[in-house]
Amino acid sequence: MRERAGPRQPVMARRSSRLLPDLTWRAVTVWYRDARVWTTFYKASVIGNLGEPLLYLLAMGWGLGRMVGTVDGVPYIQFLAPGLVCSTAMYAATFECTFGAFTRMTRQHTYNAILATPVSLDEIVAGEILWGATKGFLSGAAMLLVMALFGLVTSLWALLALALSFLIGLLFSALSMIVTAKSPSYDFFSYYFTLAIAPMFLFSGIFFPVGNLPQWAQTVAWFLPLTHGVSASRDLFAGEVGWRIASDTLWLVVFFLASFIVAVREIRKRMVL
Amino acid sequence: MSIVVSATDLTKRFGSFTAVDGISFEVLKGQCFGFLGPNGAGKTTTMHMITNFLPITQGALSVLGLEVMTNARVVKARIGVVPQENNLDTDLKVLENLLVYSRYHGIPLRQARGRAMELLSFFQLAEHARSPIEQLSGGMQRRLLIVRGLINEPELLILDEPTTGLDPQARHVIWQKLRQLQAQGVTLILTTHYMEEAEQLCDRLVIIDHGRILVEGTPRDLIRKHAGQEVIEVRLRPGEDRERCLETIGGTVPEGAEVECSADTLFIYSADAAKILTDLAIDPGRTILHRRATLEDVFLRLTGRELRE
Repeated sequence: MRERAGPRQPVMARRSSRLLPDLTWRAVTVWYRDARVWTTFYKASVIGNLGEPLLYLLAMGWGLGRMVGTVDGVPYIQFLAPGLVCSTAMYAATFECTFGAFTRMTRQHTYNAILATPVSLDEIVAGEILWGATKGFLSGAAMLLVMALFGLVTSLWALLALALSFLIGLLFSALSMIVTAKSPSYDFFSYYFTLAIAPMFLFSGIFFPVGNLPQWAQTVAWFLPLTHGVSASRDLFAGEVGWRIASDTLWLVVFFLASFIVAVREIRKRMVL
Repeated sequence: MSIVVSATDLTKRFGSFTAVDGISFEVLKGQCFGFLGPNGAGKTTTMHMITNFLPITQGALSVLGLEVMTNARVVKARIGVVPQENNLDTDLKVLENLLVYSRYHGIPLRQARGRAMELLSFFQLAEHARSPIEQLSGGMQRRLLIVRGLINEPELLILDEPTTGLDPQARHVIWQKLRQLQAQGVTLILTTHYMEEAEQLCDRLVIIDHGRILVEGTPRDLIRKHAGQEVIEVRLRPGEDRERCLETIGGTVPEGAEVECSADTLFIYSADAAKILTDLAIDPGRTILHRRATLEDVFLRLTGRELRE
């Protein structure tokens, strides 16, 4: 009788049995891969990340600001800028974990290559999200720098906007990975950008106070993650650190963790047949 | 000798499609073990289960004494994978590919660099260490994939069609390197549909089709058992069928020989083809070919001659 290799029970469907992600420090090696690639192309990337919010700041802050005057007691450009820190982090993370991650997953087969090593699929997802968050952080930092040059940074609390950019980056990277897992092609991302990201950019209180919206729309806005980012950012730049920042941050953290768990499950569904 | 891979009743289903249908095999340490089969036979799926890229539907599979699905990380740390699809990281240069890959394996940078340079020179790629991937030829990229698979000093190297699409020179270089690796004690598992490759490299092989193992053995035994020593190919004339051709050249199937007919050729498998040749009344002008039996004969006899696409 030959020795059996192990139990002969079917070992089906083990992939879906694990709710929590299978994570170790190895996720950082995936982050390292993306970071290393970025260091060779970073110039174009920085210009892209900085250029757009800078244009918004100039056009809206100066141009529109002249007509608007003050909002909530501050000059319009000062009202606007903290929100742009958040939106630039959102866009950077979202691009990275939609177009970037999708390319690595389906075109370059990078995930397949990594899966032949001890790095788990969950760690690949975590590494990609960490990298997306890093891109958010870098964009947020660039925006903060521009604001400092414009003389818009008046409180030291504003430095915490860097951490906030990272958190917003984590959240939007995780959301993007869910979209990437579901996406049949690049075209799919234009729906996501049009139906989710653009409304968030416009209605989360960056350009006008959410309080200006009708009550039902304010309720909807409360469910948009960026609303809480913008609110927290505005408080940081104003140096008003209190319970509102704490609750907004908690909201972002919880939303991120939930999205991360869903992202891991959806990528597993797509990659493990 | 110790068993490196052991599969019992290994099965993989994708929905209602059964890609691998209850195969059992054992690979011994230091062997080169081949999987031969037409496209879609289940070779790659089997490799994917061994490397834990795909979960097993049913059956048992142990690699290096460990059940693969519950020990995925340990198994992956100790095996090397050379995939069929080229998944080199095109965003990184040659050496960077290896260094980043070493990170996935948790190899310290200094050690990784030494190992990478050593392997690059072994595979005659040292001067390309700083080249972008797109600048490498197909053969070089395939060699780099093998280098990458060896970066963690694996005990077992799994190669899925390592020379498909390469020119003869590139193919021979890879064969030579693989033989050297085997001499160093690395166990090899490879899939191929090049019979010559299997004859050149494999100590043992299985021929699989439709997810099932048809035969297993050494190349020489398989040839002797399933194709005899020699083959005579008799080309049919237009409009001629098996019976008409046999009639023309001598009547019946010669004793001790087996005859098979494809669209335009009659194959006579025999231990003593020279005698048969003298007995046959080959009509002038007919194309015939007398040759040694090869693994290709075994393969085609067992898997049939119709196209697989």
